[in-house]
Amino acid sequence: MSSSRNTHVGKGDPGSLKLIATLSFAGLLSGLIIVLAYETTLPTITAYKAKVLEEAVFKVLPGVTSMQRLVYRDRALTVNDQVQKGDEAIFSGFDASGRLVGYAIPGAGPGFQDTIRLLYGYIPEQRKISGMEILESRETPGLGDKIYKDPAFVANFESLSVDPEIRAIKKGKPKAASDIDAITGATISSKAVVRIINEANRLWLPRLEQASGPEAER
Amino acid sequence: MAKHKEDLHQEFIKGIWRDNPVFVQVLGMCPMLAVTNTAVNALAMGAATFFVLVGSSFLVSSLRLWIPRQVRISTYIIIIATFVTVTDFTLEALVPKIHKELGAFIPLIVVNCMILGRQEAFASRNSVRLAVMDALGMAAGFLFALLSLGTVREILGEGKLFGFSLFGPDFEPWVIMILPPGGFLTLGLLLLFFSWVKERKQRLEQRLTQLESEAQ
Repeated sequence: MSSSRNTHVGKGDPGSLKLIATLSFAGLLSGLIIVLAYETTLPTITAYKAKVLEEAVFKVLPGVTSMQRLVYRDRALTVNDQVQKGDEAIFSGFDASGRLVGYAIPGAGPGFQDTIRLLYGYIPEQRKISGMEILESRETPGLGDKIYKDPAFVANFESLSVDPEIRAIKKGKPKAASDIDAITGATISSKAVVRIINEANRLWLPRLEQASGPEAER
Repeated sequence: MAKHKEDLHQEFIKGIWRDNPVFVQVLGMCPMLAVTNTAVNALAMGAATFFVLVGSSFLVSSLRLWIPRQVRISTYIIIIATFVTVTDFTLEALVPKIHKELGAFIPLIVVNCMILGRQEAFASRNSVRLAVMDALGMAAGFLFALLSLGTVREILGEGKLFGFSLFGPDFEPWVIMILPPGGFLTLGLLLLFFSWVKERKQRLEQRLTQLESEAQ
């Protein structure tokens, strides 16, 4: 490709100082531009993420009109709107009369290709899941992405018992109240969703029971 | 003057057809195969690459007298990476859904060999005007190639075009087309088609000269 002849600038060799200066200047300028772009777009990006999360909370908990962010710290759940790194947070949803309907619990885990992040609604009174929404996933288009594109799969989670444990079962097999239909051709993605929810359940359900004293009520 | 104008025009046209970066030079295969499962993704990828290529060619060409030969590749990469990062943030802020679909392939524009290739082979040796025309042509050619692949794959693989259903509910999608093998398949067939067109044209020209010489 490049010829050995000096077709570029080169009248004699530039000193190493000039080379370093050129690269440093390019790097500095590039850094400035990138930081500027980052700072300009950050508010829009954060706002969008918050909006997506909020919409998901209302979607997975039907009948909810207002929500609160709860943080688990020192074995207790406290209302806390300040998002901090490393927070273990869930959302409580209330209906129009201010009664607690249920909780929206986030979960994450490995899918077929990359981490799947999801949010699901849990109604403690019935010990049932009321809905599931995938927040982030890179599952195979056409197969694994049915975990959020296929309404029939998503509908599995609309009234799903959490006892004894959720299982993904092949379509057409007899099912218990805590079983869902796995997607044909995307068994790994379906099972990943189930595993993420089960893991989050094991983590949060005892905490919710323990905290369902006075703090959790409004 | 007229010749100069023709030059600019030539630099633009060659990228779209004669030297098409994908169908003729077979460059930039990674995004070509990975994000062309739907026409919208292909379009977004094409637009992002378009912006990066034109911006980088413009800068590299305007700075070509100040960039020392020994560090030129590193400088080109810094320039390209800056444009890519800005594009990445902008897409995430403006069209978060498409940004999510394209995933890792936006940052990977940095290593698209077509872009670095244009800097080394053209922008660093030519005037700004020529370099920008060349970049516009190449980027348009790349966009055209991505879009042809994306359109074919979305129609066959999902029965849709730009998200609109084409054939109604009875169409059984040809799922393999939106999976990676479908990308290779479609690309192979398109390459075949383009070389066929090229060969046919050459043969016609040969025939023409033959006839002319016979007539004389």
